[in-house]
Amino acid sequence: MNPTKQIVSGLARRQRAEKRFRLYGLIAVVLGMAFLLLLFGSIVTNGYKAFTQTYIELPIYFDPAVIDPSGERNHQTLFSADYWKLVKTAVYQKFPQVNGRKERRELTRMISEGSAYELRDQVLENPRLIGTTQHVWLAADDDIDMLMKGYIDRNLPEDERRLNDRIIGYVDSMREADAIERRFNTTFFAAGDSREPEQAGILGALMGSFLTLIVTLLLSFPIGVAAAVYLEEFAPRNHFIDLIEININNLAAVPSIIFGLLGLAIFINWFGMPRSTPVVGGLVLGLMTLPTIIIASRVSIQSVPPSIKEAALGVGASRMQAMFHHVLPIATPGMLTGTIIGMARALGETAPLLMIGMVAFIVDPPGGFTEPATALPVQIFLWSDSPERGFTERTSAAILVLLAFLIAMNAAAVYLREKVTKRF
Amino acid sequence: MNTTETLAIPIPEQLDPPAVTGKVDLDLTTVGDFTVPDPRMKIRDVNVFYGQKQAIYDVNLDIGSNAVVAMIGPSGCGKTTLLRCLNRMNDTIDGCRVEGQVEMDGKNVYGRKMDPVLLRARVGMVFQKPNPFPKSIFDNVAYGPRIHGLVRDRTDLEEVVHTSLERAGLLDEVKDRLDQPGTGLSGGQQQRLCIARAIAVSPEVILMDEPCSALDPIATARIEELIGELRKNFSIAIVTHSMQQAARVSQRTAYFHLGYLVEVGSTKDIFTTPKHQLTEEYITGRFG
Repeated sequence: MNPTKQIVSGLARRQRAEKRFRLYGLIAVVLGMAFLLLLFGSIVTNGYKAFTQTYIELPIYFDPAVIDPSGERNHQTLFSADYWKLVKTAVYQKFPQVNGRKERRELTRMISEGSAYELRDQVLENPRLIGTTQHVWLAADDDIDMLMKGYIDRNLPEDERRLNDRIIGYVDSMREADAIERRFNTTFFAAGDSREPEQAGILGALMGSFLTLIVTLLLSFPIGVAAAVYLEEFAPRNHFIDLIEININNLAAVPSIIFGLLGLAIFINWFGMPRSTPVVGGLVLGLMTLPTIIIASRVSIQSVPPSIKEAALGVGASRMQAMFHHVLPIATPGMLTGTIIGMARALGETAPLLMIGMVAFIVDPPGGFTEPATALPVQIFLWSDSPERGFTERTSAAILVLLAFLIAMNAAAVYLREKVTKRF
Repeated sequence: MNTTETLAIPIPEQLDPPAVTGKVDLDLTTVGDFTVPDPRMKIRDVNVFYGQKQAIYDVNLDIGSNAVVAMIGPSGCGKTTLLRCLNRMNDTIDGCRVEGQVEMDGKNVYGRKMDPVLLRARVGMVFQKPNPFPKSIFDNVAYGPRIHGLVRDRTDLEEVVHTSLERAGLLDEVKDRLDQPGTGLSGGQQQRLCIARAIAVSPEVILMDEPCSALDPIATARIEELIGELRKNFSIAIVTHSMQQAARVSQRTAYFHLGYLVEVGSTKDIFTTPKHQLTEEYITGRFG
């Protein structure tokens, strides 16, 4: 048998093997995409309704007798007035036929308790409202919101529903009068956490994550790149450096909660830094991200052709000049990719933040690095733990916000990478 | 005696020549005079080690002023290693150790007071594979003068770049596209760009490590022509695998074998009347 015949006899088998392998690859990709679509689909269908919120229109009479009996327009008086009473009065007037303590309480429960603060803020901003009647759209209670969004089944027996027939009747009558409708949920993007779903927002967690990541980036990127440059270019080859390298590689595999423990023990207990704050969270996540950035930076420095460095040294550049003028510009895209991966991991990290107290219930969005804050993944964790139906959809909405944040961050990094990379 | 006559010398296994003939028995001490009257650099008793392995054994060689010395020999004979000793490029290789003296103007290149940055500015290098920076043609040539502060202003710099490109015989081809990337040139142009980059810092010695091995014959011919021109202003040491090239461009030739400098002398003598048996076998093409 001559060699050509031998090759031909095996060709069909080899081509079949290749076809089979390509099919496996295609199946893997399709499966992966399917699960990804399923995941996103379920998150979006669960979460998109949280971006709207039910509001009820009420003619509020800003009664001077309730808000400011003395007429002095004193800030303290205006601030501490009983605005809930205005809401109650308006609701009673809207449904004059309703009498009796129990029924009237049901009526007022349809309006979010946060409405009092909404009215207070309006009056503080514009005291001339006092004495006038304004048609104000106030957030409905989360149960009404759920009814409007179709999560409450009207066909269930009355005692198995969260809303009785009377309340559903009130809602339907308001709906006919166009006094109740779903609007874009600004509260969700403008408020911090709350015990009431209709008052809870993502802004606090978003700010917390943002501030935390700034600290993380400022800590881990310069130190990581500097460490990588030193280890690649300047470090002597000895056992001490070997030990450092082994430890860096091992640190990349340490469970993140260990970094949380470290942060608790060192930054909070020893250095006495404030707990639950972005600065501590950022330091902890920065330490966690550091090995990832060092390893990625070293790999990208190693992948620069040595001929470039030799060319620079050959015309008399110092080692530092060869590194900063020639090697680093070529290695930058790789280092930025490593940084993106590290930062994305830091953004999604929950465990170390639990250890340093960023899991606390914090209502006010943080205004600085040393104010108590929580972070997006922790907020998702907290809401997913809440029993109210309103928090279920807010959990999905918060995941969407987290994903959007991640995409925005990566897009910014990719843009930056394209901008600093000069390709010749 | 010329090359045709040396071919006539009977060799026992003429069809199976690559075996290094009698290397154990042969005396590897240098044949010929390794000194020149007015040397630019002096190599004295240099031994080079890569870790435990020794690559260069007791080499003595002078680099003459305004002359080209060619280093030839089979692969792995240490000629590139020796070349890289002259500007301390071996410093960048882990585990490389150099013993002995390499002198320039009476100062030891490996001495405590020698700054490799200054040394490499005075001893330029052209590498085997063209390695322009991934920057514009102008920036490639301007890099050396810039980092050494050799120019006062932009006009100065442009003049240096133009002169260097002209001396490298590249100016006419690239003068309209100095802002284009150097990596976009052809192989031969890239190598001439690297030569321009090397001469832009006005070195005294230029080391060339097989500068034409990645080029086609036409580009090679241009570089060889260029080397002949450059010899008027620079001292040149060139490593080459091509004996014809060594014969064409150099005045002196050194033949290396397994880390030993076997024979050194004027190029004419080496190629016409080699004294050492190994040299003769190599240049007649019986092994290498």
